[in-house]
Amino acid sequence: MLDEVLAPAPLESLHSSIAPVQATTTRSTCPYCGVGCGVLASANGADVIGDPAHPANFGRLCSKGSALGETLGLEGRLLYPMRRQSDGAFARVSWDAALDEAAEGFRRIVDKHGPDAVAVYLSGQLLTEDYYVANKLMKGFIGSANVDTNSRLCMASTVAGHKRAFGADVVPGCYEDLDEADLIVLVGSNAAWCHPVLFQRIMRNKEERGAKLVVIDTRRTPTAESADLFLQIAPGADQALFCGLLVYLAKVAAFDIDYIGRHTAGLRQALLAAQTIAPTIEATALSTGLREVDIASFFGWFAQTPRTVTCFSQGVNQSAQGADKVNAIINCHLATGRVGKPGASPFSLTGQPNAMGGREVGGLANSLAAHMGFEPANIDRVRRFWNAPRMATREGLKAVQMFDAVSRGDIKALWVVGTNPAASLPNANAARAALSKLELFIVSDNVASNDTINSGAHLLLPAQAWGEKNGAVTNSERRISRQRAFMPAPGEARADWAIFADVGRRMGFAGFDYLSSADVFREHAALSAFENNGTRAFDIGGLARLTDAEYDALEPAQWPIDESDGKGRARLFAEGGFFSPGGRAKFIALAKPTLATTLTRDFPLRLNTGRIRDQWHTMTRSGASPRLARHLPEPFVEIHPSDATDLGVDDGGFARVATPYGSCVLRAVITDRQPAGHIFAPIHWTDETAADARVGALVAPFVDPFSGQPESKATPAIVTPLRLARQGFLLSRNSITLPEGVWWARVAVANGYGYRVAADLSDDDWTDVIRAAAASEDVIHLIDETKDQFSGATFLGDRATLVWALSPVAQSWDLALELFARDRLDQSERLSLLSGRSGRQLTNDGPLVCSCFSIGQKQIEAAIQQGCRSALDVGKATRAGSNCGSCRPEIQRLIKISLAAESAMDLARADKTSMKEGASDETVGF
Amino acid sequence: MTGLQDCKSREKLVVVGAGMAATRFVEELTNRAPDRYDILVIGDEPRLAYNRVLLSSVLAGEMSVDDIELKPSQWWRAAGVEVLSGRKVVEINAAARRILLDKAESVDYSKIVLATGSRAARLPIEGADLPGVHVFRDVTDVEALSRLGREMRALVIGGGLLGLEAAYGLARRGVDVTLAHVMDRLMERQLDAAGADILRRLVEEKGVRVLLNANATRICGGGRVEKVEFADGRMIPVGAVIFAVGIHPNADLARQAGLDVGRGVKVDDALKTSEAGVFAIGECAEHRGVCYGLVEPAYEQGRVLAMRLAGQDASYGGSVVSTNLKVSGVRVFSAGDYLGEGDARRIVCKDPRMGIYRKLVVRDDRLVGAILVGDTNGGADILDLIRSGADISSQRDQLLFGAPMQEAA
Repeated sequence: MLDEVLAPAPLESLHSSIAPVQATTTRSTCPYCGVGCGVLASANGADVIGDPAHPANFGRLCSKGSALGETLGLEGRLLYPMRRQSDGAFARVSWDAALDEAAEGFRRIVDKHGPDAVAVYLSGQLLTEDYYVANKLMKGFIGSANVDTNSRLCMASTVAGHKRAFGADVVPGCYEDLDEADLIVLVGSNAAWCHPVLFQRIMRNKEERGAKLVVIDTRRTPTAESADLFLQIAPGADQALFCGLLVYLAKVAAFDIDYIGRHTAGLRQALLAAQTIAPTIEATALSTGLREVDIASFFGWFAQTPRTVTCFSQGVNQSAQGADKVNAIINCHLATGRVGKPGASPFSLTGQPNAMGGREVGGLANSLAAHMGFEPANIDRVRRFWNAPRMATREGLKAVQMFDAVSRGDIKALWVVGTNPAASLPNANAARAALSKLELFIVSDNVASNDTINSGAHLLLPAQAWGEKNGAVTNSERRISRQRAFMPAPGEARADWAIFADVGRRMGFAGFDYLSSADVFREHAALSAFENNGTRAFDIGGLARLTDAEYDALEPAQWPIDESDGKGRARLFAEGGFFSPGGRAKFIALAKPTLATTLTRDFPLRLNTGRIRDQWHTMTRSGASPRLARHLPEPFVEIHPSDATDLGVDDGGFARVATPYGSCVLRAVITDRQPAGHIFAPIHWTDETAADARVGALVAPFVDPFSGQPESKATPAIVTPLRLARQGFLLSRNSITLPEGVWWARVAVANGYGYRVAADLSDDDWTDVIRAAAASEDVIHLIDETKDQFSGATFLGDRATLVWALSPVAQSWDLALELFARDRLDQSERLSLLSGRSGRQLTNDGPLVCSCFSIGQKQIEAAIQQGCRSALDVGKATRAGSNCGSCRPEIQRLIKISLAAESAMDLARADKTSMKEGASDETVGF
Repeated sequence: MTGLQDCKSREKLVVVGAGMAATRFVEELTNRAPDRYDILVIGDEPRLAYNRVLLSSVLAGEMSVDDIELKPSQWWRAAGVEVLSGRKVVEINAAARRILLDKAESVDYSKIVLATGSRAARLPIEGADLPGVHVFRDVTDVEALSRLGREMRALVIGGGLLGLEAAYGLARRGVDVTLAHVMDRLMERQLDAAGADILRRLVEEKGVRVLLNANATRICGGGRVEKVEFADGRMIPVGAVIFAVGIHPNADLARQAGLDVGRGVKVDDALKTSEAGVFAIGECAEHRGVCYGLVEPAYEQGRVLAMRLAGQDASYGGSVVSTNLKVSGVRVFSAGDYLGEGDARRIVCKDPRMGIYRKLVVRDDRLVGAILVGDTNGGADILDLIRSGADISSQRDQLLFGAPMQEAA
């Protein structure tokens, strides 16, 4: 059913090809990235498909969004308030008791140590209403601005850059710009994996309108594979490149003198600074490590293309000079007058579903509320609006500082909401250790266990999850959409805003008597318009008088939505109208590019961190989907072949990655996608999902001076090879506790859990592990002494309940997963679990490439063999890549590889001495 | 001289024994040298040669005696071979190249081939000759066993190939069968403990009660079998006992003739005995100290001897044997070094619930032994590889799991 709806269909025809929305279907918004795609969810959530009417995605969803239906189970959910007992275990308590304890604890600590001894750490996953009530409670009633959020790790540099340039945190453009641009520049953005639906819009523009795509990244990502020009830049050198561009634009007279003159200030100083940093293309090449010819192409294209959109993401933001990088980009757009015009704008691609909503609320330590800062007039205004007794009067502590203060003992009570800082903060082991010092440590979350909860949380408050909660989110183009509930909340889970409001009331505060999220939203909208008069960009006064029914029916709309017409605006600043003094945008004179850390002999490599296509953050939701787990099931580190040789690390072997802050053991992937001297590790694994893969623990805690965002992509590191005698996998109906010394990574699989394991255990110890996990006497096994390999399975009835396979070399688990998912196995299928070979009924499709349609590498290679020469052809033949499209770069790479292999064969046939090495070392996944 | 010798133009070849070895030898020889010999085959069973291997199927009621006849009488006639069934050779005078048959007949020969086979052994215990004690060797035995009534409780002594087949056949006929084996596992000369364990379960599922470590010491009964006593004191009431405790080569005739005889009639690589003109093949022969109890070496010997007697170059260097248990639904294949101890490497695949056990023994990338229980697919290929000693490193998985895996019976 779902597959039929998701079947390849051109964007335009989706409206007509999808059946009318049924009464039981709920329109909501995807909980993953900042694209903010609309979804249609059936009553039980079994079917979640793209909403054809939502302007962010017009019915498309990426692999993660398409798998949402698989993530709605109650496995691991926190269903009741829990309090940690003296024995360390959690015991259920009533909401009354829990809220009293939270309120009294906060009250006690504030009374004794002052308001700055408490803090709230929020999440970009929260709804705007949740943010609003938390922010109000802290900044207006408790009296501290110690309200920060995991968005600090994500887009704080963009906020700082926007504020410096535009006088307000405003994304000037909209998604249509990606359809209308003639040149799209992606900087530090692996959009193919991280914002797939937007990337597909870019690719369609490229295919249909011939737009050029430039990708600037330190890594040759799947996004880079699709670029017309790929600039593999040295880390930290982005502002050198854009300074060089600004200088070049001046030289070739590409400036929009009129726009600069009427709407901006500060060009001269900015240009002077740029000339110091990158006076020429030659100098730019030296600073960036790029070829002059490539820089010249990029500069030339940029100068000649009025309709240019520059999108940037974590590669820009997660830097100790992130704000400068943002402004380096914005400078070039201001200088060419390409701001907020159709197809011409700087464009921040936000990481989280509601980081933008948090920014609008002001749920950050360095803003007060609703785009107001800590100026006395603003403090007074908000005080009057809230009728607040105890306003915060200065900025609070930003994420990294906040946990430093916890560590010092300055913050004594912390409330973490919907995020996992013990895993995701830089220097995460230090953050985790700090948490144990808290006098009161409250966690509101969906799950009963994670690295943060297990760092000594005292009180757990069950929060509603996506599909249960109800409120607003804002996406990367300022579009406010509704997340709507389509399932009942399980157990005693409650809305986060309601939990905050209850604690506020119990602390004796007035102004927290909200009856619904609509109540909260109306107040938020009213505050945005309160004494605004066009002085603040964020104004949604037009939504302040929504009835409950209107709020429920709210169509996606882009702010500002003022009271005059109630209509939103797609673009801002095309005709100036900035929010800085004088209404002029400001060019920023940038600091000389440098990284926060230097390499040493002990730590001679740069560790970059990031995301993979089919997982999200710490996998709390995406990790529940068996389909998503199949793409890249293990934590890994990518290493350039020459580094691997020097380090003695084998492809597919294990590597200990260490930095001055921590260490991990990861699967080594040797690839020239990664530049020499630089390694890459994804951030998704925690102690919940892997033995030793907390990549956050490796990251240096140095932050940008303007944004407080840490430099998460350039930590000095060292890699040492690790050889483990046996490796393989276990599939189990139930979760398994593996002993010390076993490297493992756990993913969801159909009907249970999949563990990738490796260890130096003796045969007897492995036998003990398996025996402890086995729940049946019906056992089959294979012992191959010639290969030092053993595998086996147990069954209950005709279903496999445990499958194991261990050998000195890595082995595919695709077939085992397929068999494990079945409810009935016949005799030959039982033995297939041992042989790893399918019988007649099965095909081994190879590593999964397309998550949406479950198409494996072998099927795609077969299609290429049969003559498919483009991702489109492969899509027509196999359906792979025809839904979310995020695997298309991988498909293209497979095409390239097989064409290269073919031409190498041809060459070899023509002249045996000229035999070239094919690109056969490249595989998708491992 | 007798009327039996009427064709003087050809060399007289006498084959003593009309079993499987004799039949194969004659077939090979008449194919290769159709007119060279005047062949006389003398067998003591009152019927033409039949496939002894299939007697268990006859006992099980899956085939009739007629079904297992090797060659019809027309074939023998067409081959120009004279067959004397139900006749005994009582003496060989090797010096005179003459044999003496029962009824005081004698035949002169130029060459003589002994293919006298073997006979079933009985344990030398008290009561072993009581009425109701059987063996399982030929059609007569099968006919006797087939007459055991459904209400009868039978005890098969011996957990080897023959014992299992006898027990299965009786169980199929509705007889209440117990199989007693002196060792701790069935078919210990072909199976390791794990394989034997699965076999025991499979056999039990076929309705045969299995007693291991059961050393029968006495058969009691007043004029007829009534019970069997074991070394551990157990006593089992039975109406019939079937010995399946091995075979003795029929070498008495050769011994009397002064031939060199060990357990069997000693032959060299040319299948020659110690007497000129006297050859021996099949279960009665002892080659390099080995008496084979299986049909395959007998066939091989028959072929080699036939080639030599046809004037071709051939020699017999011994056989690598495999064992195949043919009990419907309980397949067992075993060959070579099936235990694989010492420096051998074992590859074992086991599915007890499905009754599957497959084991390969590998030494230096060469297959040296194998056990297949339940699913005996690929047994022939495995045997070939053991015999050829080819490098199998590239095809281990295929050998272990067979080609199409659906075929497992």
